Amino acid sequence: MIRRPDLLAETPSQTAGPYVHIGCMPTYAGNPGTYDAEIGERAISDGAKGTIIEIRGQVFDGTGNAIRDAMLESWQPDAAGIFPGQPGADPAVSGHCRFAADADSGEFLLRTVKPGAFRGRGGSHNAPHISIWIVARGINIGLNTRIYFDDEDNSGDRLLNAVELKHRVPTLIAKKTGEGQYRFDIRLQGEGETVFLDI
Amino acid sequence: MTDLGPLIPRNRAVHPPAYTPDYKTSVARSPTLPLLSLESGPSEETGPMFGHGMFGALDNNLILNWTKGAAPAIGERILVFGHVLDERGKPVPETLVEIWQANAGGRYRHKKDGYLAPLDPNFGGCGRALTDENGYYEFLTIRPGAYPWPNRGNDWRPMHIHLSVYGHSFGQRLITQLYFEGDPLIDLCPIANTVKDRGDLDRLVAPLDMSMARPLDFLAYRFDIVLRGRRQTMFENRLEGL
Repeated sequence: MIRRPDLLAETPSQTAGPYVHIGCMPTYAGNPGTYDAEIGERAISDGAKGTIIEIRGQVFDGTGNAIRDAMLESWQPDAAGIFPGQPGADPAVSGHCRFAADADSGEFLLRTVKPGAFRGRGGSHNAPHISIWIVARGINIGLNTRIYFDDEDNSGDRLLNAVELKHRVPTLIAKKTGEGQYRFDIRLQGEGETVFLDI
Repeated sequence: MTDLGPLIPRNRAVHPPAYTPDYKTSVARSPTLPLLSLESGPSEETGPMFGHGMFGALDNNLILNWTKGAAPAIGERILVFGHVLDERGKPVPETLVEIWQANAGGRYRHKKDGYLAPLDPNFGGCGRALTDENGYYEFLTIRPGAYPWPNRGNDWRPMHIHLSVYGHSFGQRLITQLYFEGDPLIDLCPIANTVKDRGDLDRLVAPLDMSMARPLDFLAYRFDIVLRGRRQTMFENRLEGL
């Protein structure tokens, strides 16, 4: 084990379990009215600047079955690449959404604004992307990944360029299926396993 | 915006590995290829913040919140409280803590839970709170029951409460579970024991704290939470992105 004597140790993770929706999305769990407003209901509100998009997908386990108890969260900047809380951010973009895999089909839907590119520390280039966090029964610690877009210029992106196995890069890129429509499937293991991040 | 520095790399040794075959569901749901490591950037160093305005007065009172105060839930009344800190020991104020749990009989209010224990009509099983300016949170609730689950022949979950914590950045996001001091089922539980080091597992076991118990009302359990911290940057005064 790495010894880090000057730091406290982070609290260990535990699986969110199959009933994560009770705590995080009570209406989806069948308990509407628990709260007046739920956390992460919408990534955007009316009047958000930019292109409104819908991303659909499924989370597949190692046997090829779509997981039907997953909960996902997204975090992203606005169309200009500015994160909520930063100066000049679009007030109609919360940037944060919670959405569940459908209990029957496993299909999820994220409706949001297409994020803009931005520069990070040291001027590093970040192509437009949405950060994703996935929890479910059997996932012991939430999985981080990113959604990029196949109709954007992804060359020069800091993270994509760090993927050594180039054939895995497409697992991070949503495919355009129509005007404002994208498909992004996530594979937890096996052929086409999604690149997950330790970040 | 001031550059607060990158997140300290996650010490994966304290967390459960993805593949833990005693917990059977993890077998087909565990990535097998290495995670991609990269220094954090704005995508991980920023995150959603939630204002006091969206919280109701009973949001952190699971004894009363499902009935909007009309009737109390059945069970042993307990206070769960604690301090949210980062790895550097700095309190994390104004951050969202959400909990969910089974009722006193061990059943969840979820359309997919068909356990034969009864639903308590006065118990919803979820609550939320913001930590105060010093990083403290508290919930009034009832002690959840243990329950059986399909895994091996006769597995039971110890009494537990699920906790979800945001921190101040998306990269600090954490979901964990609180167990109760003295519960013999902890040692037998394949989920609790996905945490390999006993000392690390013990940090998920909340001790009874009689100093916070209220006479003739409730017992109290303390559960402190440590989130990832930030590395100090050499460029403290430099604007982000420049």
